[in-house]
Amino acid sequence: MTVELAILLAVVVPFAGAVLIPLTGAKPNLRETVTLVCAALLFYLVSVIYPTVAAGGVPEVYLFEMLSGLSVFFLVEPLGLIFAGIASFLWIATSVYSIGYMRAHNEENQTRFYAYFAIALGAAMGVAFAGNMLTLFIFYEVLTLSTFPLVAHSGTDEAKRAGRVYLGVLLGTSIGFQLLAIIWTWGLTGTLDFTDGGILAGKADGLTAGILLALYTFGIGKAALMPFHRWLPAAMVAPTPVSALLHAVAVVKAGVFTVVKVVVYIFGIDFLFDIGVSEWLQYMAAATILIASLVAMTKDNLKARLAYSTVSQLSYVILGAMLVTDLGIIGSGMHIAMHAFGKITLFFCAGAFMIAAHKTEISQMRGIGHAMPFTTLAFFIGSLSVIGLPPMGGLWSKWYLALGTLETGKLWLLGVLMISSLLNVAYLLPIPFRGFFSSPEESPPLKSSHNHDSEYDHTHDHDRPKGIKEAPVACLIAIGVTSAGCLVLFFYPDPVYDLMRQIVTP
Amino acid sequence: MATQYPALQVVLALLAAPVCLILRRPNAAWAVATVITWISLALALSLLGRVLETGVILYPMGDWAAPWGIEYQIDTVNAFMLVIVTLIGSVVMPFARASVKAEIEEERIYLFYCMYLLNLAGLLGIAITGDVFNLFVFLEISSLSSYVMISLGRDKRALTAAYRYLVMGTIGATFYIIGVGMMYMTTGSLNMADLAAILPAVADSRTVLVALGFLTVGLSLKLALFPLHLWLPNAYTYAPSAVTVFLAASGTKVAVYAFIRIFFTVFGGVEIFTAGVIPQILALLAALAMIVASTVAVYQTDVKRLLAYSSIAQIGYMVLGISMVTVTGLAGTIVHLFNHAIMKSGLFMAMGCILFKIGAVQLDQFEGLGKRMPVTMAAFVAGGFSLIGVPLTVGFVSKWYLVQAALEKGWWLAVAAILASSLLAVIYIWRVVEVAYFRPPPKGSAEVSEAPLSMLVPLWILIGASYYFGIDATQTLDIAFAAAETLFAPAL
Amino acid sequence: MEFLGLLNYWIIVVLMMTGFYIIIAHNNLVKKIVGLNIFQVSVFVFYITMAKVKGGTAPILAEGIEIYSNPLPHVLILTAIVVGVATTALGLALVVRIHDAYGTIEDDEIEAREKEL
Repeated sequence: MTVELAILLAVVVPFAGAVLIPLTGAKPNLRETVTLVCAALLFYLVSVIYPTVAAGGVPEVYLFEMLSGLSVFFLVEPLGLIFAGIASFLWIATSVYSIGYMRAHNEENQTRFYAYFAIALGAAMGVAFAGNMLTLFIFYEVLTLSTFPLVAHSGTDEAKRAGRVYLGVLLGTSIGFQLLAIIWTWGLTGTLDFTDGGILAGKADGLTAGILLALYTFGIGKAALMPFHRWLPAAMVAPTPVSALLHAVAVVKAGVFTVVKVVVYIFGIDFLFDIGVSEWLQYMAAATILIASLVAMTKDNLKARLAYSTVSQLSYVILGAMLVTDLGIIGSGMHIAMHAFGKITLFFCAGAFMIAAHKTEISQMRGIGHAMPFTTLAFFIGSLSVIGLPPMGGLWSKWYLALGTLETGKLWLLGVLMISSLLNVAYLLPIPFRGFFSSPEESPPLKSSHNHDSEYDHTHDHDRPKGIKEAPVACLIAIGVTSAGCLVLFFYPDPVYDLMRQIVTP
Repeated sequence: MATQYPALQVVLALLAAPVCLILRRPNAAWAVATVITWISLALALSLLGRVLETGVILYPMGDWAAPWGIEYQIDTVNAFMLVIVTLIGSVVMPFARASVKAEIEEERIYLFYCMYLLNLAGLLGIAITGDVFNLFVFLEISSLSSYVMISLGRDKRALTAAYRYLVMGTIGATFYIIGVGMMYMTTGSLNMADLAAILPAVADSRTVLVALGFLTVGLSLKLALFPLHLWLPNAYTYAPSAVTVFLAASGTKVAVYAFIRIFFTVFGGVEIFTAGVIPQILALLAALAMIVASTVAVYQTDVKRLLAYSSIAQIGYMVLGISMVTVTGLAGTIVHLFNHAIMKSGLFMAMGCILFKIGAVQLDQFEGLGKRMPVTMAAFVAGGFSLIGVPLTVGFVSKWYLVQAALEKGWWLAVAAILASSLLAVIYIWRVVEVAYFRPPPKGSAEVSEAPLSMLVPLWILIGASYYFGIDATQTLDIAFAAAETLFAPAL
Repeated sequence: MEFLGLLNYWIIVVLMMTGFYIIIAHNNLVKKIVGLNIFQVSVFVFYITMAKVKGGTAPILAEGIEIYSNPLPHVLILTAIVVGVATTALGLALVVRIHDAYGTIEDDEIEAREKEL
């Protein structure tokens, strides 16, 4: 198994799975096995690529020439490996979780669900391994289109409306801004290859580079920089496994990953630092961090709160990238990994609360820890990671981001990070605390849900204050693994750190 | 024999038309039409191959030398056009068998194929000829036969659509012929290459300027440039499906080719085009076409009409590329001639399949069609991605080069127009997707019942082609750039 | 004099605009076709008058004649006349069919009936 073959297979395997899944659709167990095997195989393939890249290699796989002089090819570098690694590992966890969730919820169209899920993961791999901006753009768009059926899965009017917002914002930004930036870059430099030190140095003056950077950053709608963040809360109408893997890990991380890649390999850290055009984007990211956190505090629907939290956390990565200092870039890369584990845990728990206890609003979740201790504890762990407190991995990414702000001398940015962490505490910690330390009788009566989670099945019995069991076993296993991941990343962040270090050291 | 290919290209179809008239049986007529189209495709491909290898092919008709005789002049642009027209025809013919049987009365089917062959001959003639008056003759042959084909539609509005098209099309052709007359008055020649050599000397006279004006307006009517597009929506909507597929993919494209020929070859040496205000006017009309037509498309309830307005927008793209007067812009237009032909014919074929099965193409009857006709709707969505410009489709390739060309010229508004019309395409394609996939099928409708294979296979061949040439666009792009460069080179 | 020297062009313009006006202004479908014909006739006149060479006779080779009128535009116009005839025939055939289908050949009435469909 050569590294090049592993790279190629890593993108092909999920798509192959997407073909097999409809074929085995009649036998659910066989179908689920296909998903699990694909996910495990994918992680294995990424681990085959790891040693080469960790040692400093940049393996390349040429595919075909699409336009005159522009090819589609893969080139694995450290950041891409981080993204591929967490996406593939968490796909395994999400597949296990989905099995428990979809079956307990008696969801329809499960075959369609698993098939499009696999395509989305394949597209994410394509984004991770892309060797030039064209390849990345191709897989980026495939990712948008393949996740649409997942977002609009339930087929209700609300899902349809959410799907419109989703596609409208994502396609609008990618066609209107990102594509323009890409073609413009191509016109200026004659290449779109990701290169150390960037390709624009010397080819673009300050104003052009500034406009280009803005077009890229706002054009990468998946990074949810305000004001193009609306798709993320809208996507919460999807089943929770979708929200967990795609909108906490694959889709959103593809977005911020692309932002960092553009900053490092299209513009170049030194070039951007010299011309200083990324400053106002630092402010936009800072604004998004704070505003999204404030909005999160007002949301009673758990998934909505987590969605706005994600918007906020994504801008941490954007901020780190826009600082264009070594430590800032390291921090942003690490935050991609740390936030993924933390957020996915939180979403898993939210889904568990929904299917086991039929609760979607935070105000109903008082005392839920008594009935679902394991889940609530996991929620606590995930919260700590997102807030950035030890002993969770989230501490390290915030640490480096903070150091990055100090490197630029902008103390007020450090202040933004501090305030945001406090806001995180305010909107996250009450949930597990009230879960454990309040009693269920205090919760207000259940509203009939006209909230985001339209998957709330109205045929189930509404009043079941007693008899709430823990989540299905499959869900618990997944939750356990990702919570453990948060913990492990605290003690052992080195792989991620070392990979990011490679990028910033010439 | 191979030296006679240029003549055969046109003559075969022309001779086969009365054969169809004699063979009154529908299947026999269809067989003749299909075989002739396939042979024409083979001829076109061989001509393209020869041109790419050895350069321009000159074929004086009846051995009467130019500029007194009519000469066929085949360079990269023509050859590409020949391939486009015959390729679409070759894929449409197998499709047409079942589709035409369902939509046209049996006793008229042989007449339909007769008209189709005349139309094919006319289009190929326009593409291949090197004489401006000969172009008019073929233009009218193809136009008259297309008026007849459109009038064969089931809906009685097809008759008024054909009538309106007739009136507007004849005005267009007559303007063209006035332009030709004025050019003849000042130069004494009708041969394109000859005109190109003589015109620069007389270019200062007002006659030539007015000639250019008449030619432009006349051809703009034929290619449905906004605001002279009024005949197109009705004609495409009410014509039989196979006719819409073929016309949408070839009729306006050949008119765009004629436009390019006049502007870049005949008037190539003249300053009027490049220095004057004509490019700006064309660019403005093109941008308006893109935005206005796409917006109107959003509000349509008849899906064929929606696609017709989408075609008007796409023609705007082509004219925009021409108006830039750069190699990249022209190459973008030429590659879009090919790409749009494949895209649009695929989409209209999907409409033909749907019409075949459910008898109508009104949007509210598409409910649940995603379940009832999954293969066809999947093809529609895949084709729709091409209109939106999703990468890996041909639509993306065309957009890329048009945006690149606009950026090279610094035309920011054009860039905005191109991108905005892509986003409008998202809206109108998604309207259809939402109805087809998000609403349940109406009660009492049949389970999965797809169109017959003879219709589905050509459909998927076209959709497949729109992805194949989107993934590996190098072949079409090489031809397009070669063609664009020959158009900018001095005339022979 | 300028005007008389350009008389043919004035006639051409008048015919062209008359034909064009009839097409646009009249509702009756047959009248539109008549207008189309007048429009095309103006073009025929244009070509033919263009062909006249001062002092030239009909372009038939004969002894002792040096100057002939240009035969080429005559030939072109023969072609154009044929095209015109075909177009008129087709147009009128369509009018007959429209009359069968709609019961009227007035454009505004047809539009009204189409709106009802």
